[in-house]
Amino acid sequence: MTWLKLVVRYLQYHKLKTSILIASIFMTAFLPITILILLSEFNEKIVSRAQTTPLVVGAKGSGLDLTLNALYFTTKRSETIPYATRNEIHKTGWARAIPLYAKFTARDFTIVGTTLDYFRYRNLKLASGTPLSRLGDCVVGSSVADKLNLQPGDQLLSDPDNVLDLGGQYPLKMLVRGILEPTSTPDDGAVFVDLKTAWVIEGLGHGHQNLEEEKDELKVEVRSDGTLQATAAVLPFMEITDANIDSFHFHGETGKFPVTAVIAVPPDQKSETLLMGYFEVADDGTQMVSPLGVITELMSLVFQVKKFFDLNAILIAISTAFLLLLVLILSQRLRQREMQTMFKLGCSRGTLFLLQSSEIAILFLFSSLLVAMAAGIVWFMAGNLVQSLLIGSHV
Amino acid sequence: MIDISLNQLEFQYPRSDFRLVIEQCSIPAGKKVAIVGPSGSGKTTLLNLLAGIHLPDKGQINLGDSLLCNMSDAERRNFRISQIGMVFQQFELVDYLTTMENILLPFAINQSLQQSAEIREYADSLAEQMGLGDKRKRLPSRLSQGEQQRVAICRALVTQPKLIFADEPTGNLDPRNKKKILDILFQVNQQQGQSLIVVTHDMQILNGFEQVIDFQDFTVDSNPKLESNDRLGGIAS
Repeated sequence: MTWLKLVVRYLQYHKLKTSILIASIFMTAFLPITILILLSEFNEKIVSRAQTTPLVVGAKGSGLDLTLNALYFTTKRSETIPYATRNEIHKTGWARAIPLYAKFTARDFTIVGTTLDYFRYRNLKLASGTPLSRLGDCVVGSSVADKLNLQPGDQLLSDPDNVLDLGGQYPLKMLVRGILEPTSTPDDGAVFVDLKTAWVIEGLGHGHQNLEEEKDELKVEVRSDGTLQATAAVLPFMEITDANIDSFHFHGETGKFPVTAVIAVPPDQKSETLLMGYFEVADDGTQMVSPLGVITELMSLVFQVKKFFDLNAILIAISTAFLLLLVLILSQRLRQREMQTMFKLGCSRGTLFLLQSSEIAILFLFSSLLVAMAAGIVWFMAGNLVQSLLIGSHV
Repeated sequence: MIDISLNQLEFQYPRSDFRLVIEQCSIPAGKKVAIVGPSGSGKTTLLNLLAGIHLPDKGQINLGDSLLCNMSDAERRNFRISQIGMVFQQFELVDYLTTMENILLPFAINQSLQQSAEIREYADSLAEQMGLGDKRKRLPSRLSQGEQQRVAICRALVTQPKLIFADEPTGNLDPRNKKKILDILFQVNQQQGQSLIVVTHDMQILNGFEQVIDFQDFTVDSNPKLESNDRLGGIAS
């Protein structure tokens, strides 16, 4: 038997005390380390997404909400801008303009109406299936496919905007054309459709039976100019098929149709500056934001808050240290006779000190090991945890 | 074998009125000696001085050829752990160690002793001899008082010391176990020839000892073979 075994035996014998001390040290260290890991991952992910999205145009209002809608497809934002804004940007020649309409959901995953340009811009590749090819098609992110167990060829129903609004939008049954490769970005948790499909879900476009062939007078009204108008008794098609696709049409000007944001990708700094100036002076209810600027501002606020957590962690660590000291002093008093016996037998004061300090060292070592293991697990899972925080609980 | 002699010894605890004065005392090697006297008379203090746990303020303690007062702290510790086996009234077993681990404790707490396979074998045979063969892995809390004291004796003997110091070794035992423990100590003394110095206030057990040092009378009662001019005393000034 060695002195080290003596120490281990003591710790083993006093299991409850040892466990409580280890747990105290573990909790004190684990919490701030976890926050640090998650915050660092959060910062990295949110900043990298912002870095790859130079400019976003949307309705005036909260720049943060607009950024989150364009980057993370949050559906809380209801303000829209007309689709014509996209064309306006395009016409300036200072940037590529990619429209986004992220308002509706399918099984709680955001439906993102956009153009094929978005896939090229984000470098999204198909893991299986084919790209969007017609109205009513959708391509889903890898997480959506995993969670909903979707395969190309399956169907996915959009969520009704309001289940009590019987006269409102009807859910659209979309055809899953393809599954995207995982990217560890919010794109994994999105259902991508063509912008026009999103407008169909919105109710701006629809398909129904041919009114000219309809004999039922309850379903067709003849206007004063002799044209036919469908009554509410004519139900729109809830699914777009080869048979009914030709009946789908939009009412109104496409340029006035809504989008929640337009991503602008200027080719150089000069174009970016010109474009920002253009929207700075525009008085049409739109705004242009730089996501990196918005996110940096957000993160500086987050890091300010973290300072309070750090201070809290330091205070907890100090109080834990005092409690540990108290426990060790009491423990030493309880062991006075044992130590006296060892001294009488021929143990040096130095060895007695070594025995007791080794106990503390082992407690800290074991706690540190546990913290390292737990921190490793958190670090390993941080990506998914942060992603789920950023884009909802589905991913 | 180690002869013990004390000359002009004086000791006083710091901030205490108690003072121990021993003019002259000698204990020949291999003898069974009892130190008796009332509580607080200095019996245990004498044992601690002989073990080098305390150092006298004046005078000399000779253990064989070694002058205890001239030894360094480390030398005294190493001497104590290798040459002196200590048995205590409260047994003083370590509650979180098994019987065998308690017996081998001296090897864990002092680097001057090296544990080997022979030592472990010897410890094992001691446990067997003391009737602890089937209790090697038991913690002290699962041993009777007699068994605990036997473990303590094994711990004192495991380093094969030349001196056995026992401080009230039977103080906490019932008459049956008291006799058993004394028989074991006397048997060890007889078989291995170690000096046995026992502090006790139990006059009923003095029969088996060859020399009795009585602190009450400040005299030394000894059998005819021993010197009779030893003088010692515990003086409360």
